Amino acid sequence: MAKLKQNHRLLVLIALGVILLLCLLLAAGLGAVSISPLSIIKMTLNKTALFNFTATWQPSAETILFQIRLPRVIAAALVGSALASAGVLFQGLLRNPMADPYIIGTSAGAAFGATVAMMLPISLALLSFGLVPIAAFVGALAAVLVVYNLARVGGKTPVVSMLLAGFAVSAMLTAVMFFMVTLSGKPGLLQNVYSFLMGSVSVSGWSKIIIVAPLIIGGIIAARFLAFRLNAFAIGEEGAAYLGIDVERDKLIVLALGSLLTAAAVSISGLVGFVGLVVPHAVRLLFGPDHRLLLPAAALFGGAFVVLADLLARTMLSPTEIPLGILTAIIGAPFFIYLLRRTRREYAF
Amino acid sequence: MINLSQVSFSYNETPVLHHINLVVEDGEMVALLGPNGSGKTTLIKLACGVLRPNEGDIYLSGSRLNRLKRREVAQQVAVVPQQFFIPFAFTLREVVLLGRTPFLKAFSDERSSDGQVVENAMDIVGINDLKERYFNELSGGERQKAVLAMALAQEPKLLLLDEPTAHLDINHQVEIIELVQTLNREQRLTVIASMHDLNMAALYFDRLVLLKDGHIFADGLPDEVLTEETIKEVFSAAVQVTQHPLTHAPHIIVTPKGKSD
Repeated sequence: MAKLKQNHRLLVLIALGVILLLCLLLAAGLGAVSISPLSIIKMTLNKTALFNFTATWQPSAETILFQIRLPRVIAAALVGSALASAGVLFQGLLRNPMADPYIIGTSAGAAFGATVAMMLPISLALLSFGLVPIAAFVGALAAVLVVYNLARVGGKTPVVSMLLAGFAVSAMLTAVMFFMVTLSGKPGLLQNVYSFLMGSVSVSGWSKIIIVAPLIIGGIIAARFLAFRLNAFAIGEEGAAYLGIDVERDKLIVLALGSLLTAAAVSISGLVGFVGLVVPHAVRLLFGPDHRLLLPAAALFGGAFVVLADLLARTMLSPTEIPLGILTAIIGAPFFIYLLRRTRREYAF
Repeated sequence: MINLSQVSFSYNETPVLHHINLVVEDGEMVALLGPNGSGKTTLIKLACGVLRPNEGDIYLSGSRLNRLKRREVAQQVAVVPQQFFIPFAFTLREVVLLGRTPFLKAFSDERSSDGQVVENAMDIVGINDLKERYFNELSGGERQKAVLAMALAQEPKLLLLDEPTAHLDINHQVEIIELVQTLNREQRLTVIASMHDLNMAALYFDRLVLLKDGHIFADGLPDEVLTEETIKEVFSAAVQVTQHPLTHAPHIIVTPKGKSD
């Protein structure tokens, strides 16, 4: 019985992995210049130096694929995986299916930290070498701790107080952010902050991905180690303590990991909302709430979701690009309402 | 099994328990009685190490409870809490499996031996046919049984229950308490339960500990503890104590106002 269940889990993950790969292939091929999936596979395999397919494609296609498309779709997948995982972590810990990094202010905290880092009078080289992600992490963790402590009522985190605290902290941070940027008098920076708030996958080449990818992949693997503890948290902090969980320590670990994943995502995409809300919901409905499957499944599903969303964002009104954050909100909010209507089981407060 | 020596505890500045001395031997079945706020729940939380005493020491099977890791305590002591709510759609089996948490390793799934323990626990409690049902859709009695099965899946030596029969129909009250009694009799599981219902406590427990304002007021056999005088003193309630017609356990009858002689 237990054996069968484990195989079942593995099958689900393999299927989701294949779906993610197909989405990556599709998104890498589509754009102003389309590249066939076969050519993409051949070009990529040629890069490994183990294969040598003859080029049936324009030389420019190779540049487009490796300098523009692949970095972009991989960044989108990373953002989606990170946000979906952070959503699962926060929801599991707060026992609250509405906890999304965007809604509870973690994203705003990360954006705030990143903006402060961008305003510091230091060279661009240092910035791209990880100061922005670090500042974003500090901002995200600080914001989530503030929201968490504001929202606690007698050992519980009710939906309403959490949403209100998240809203207040987000509004505050965004306002201060604009205030600082206005004071700084750098018009370019204002533009940056705007696109940050709207959310869009902005990478040029691989430099940012090389820093962020290990953080996100490492974070997702680390999150999987917390799966059975998050399951125990489902019966409440007191119940988790009865089951032998070191509640205060594990709470901090989960919040820090969720903040790290959020910050890593925000540092390459700005504020992209609803991914951390919609993806875990959909995965729970499909495969149940057990975090041992939920965490990795949400990471894969979230990656595919944002890859497709980003594809829509850049091709739908081409050459105009719709900000990704606006698109995920347009897709995410109605989907969320649909889920809310379809099953009330999870909302029995 | 467990030994509380001179244990005092306060929530912030409010004292709850004062210099409690209580020794419970292996295989005992003890009920904690007392009015609301007398410290029953606090005593349970201290006994499982979730709360730490401000003064005094607690020993679990001879080792100081403070020195043990939470995980180590949970491998010996299981708690059936009063309130239990899960915000996600866990099945009953998944909830019972949570009882294996103190034995799981970080990255591994449950082993087949864990699965076996879970099956056994559900069999003992008699809920195996409900295992694929959603926990939140079960009735109150079924949920209480699931939580009991979860606690049993910890394979505890000491089972602590916080008002296990509160909010249950009388048939479920009897069912739950008789299950616990059977486990105590047949597997020598040590049981400490806080109880509201004095008659149930008298009927099923060998030893009653009566708390008043954070002190142990009386401790002994049911007919020693449940007398008209002690109940008047502790609960400020006028009662008559008779005998259960079948078991001869003390049975308490409320005396309505104006009817006492």
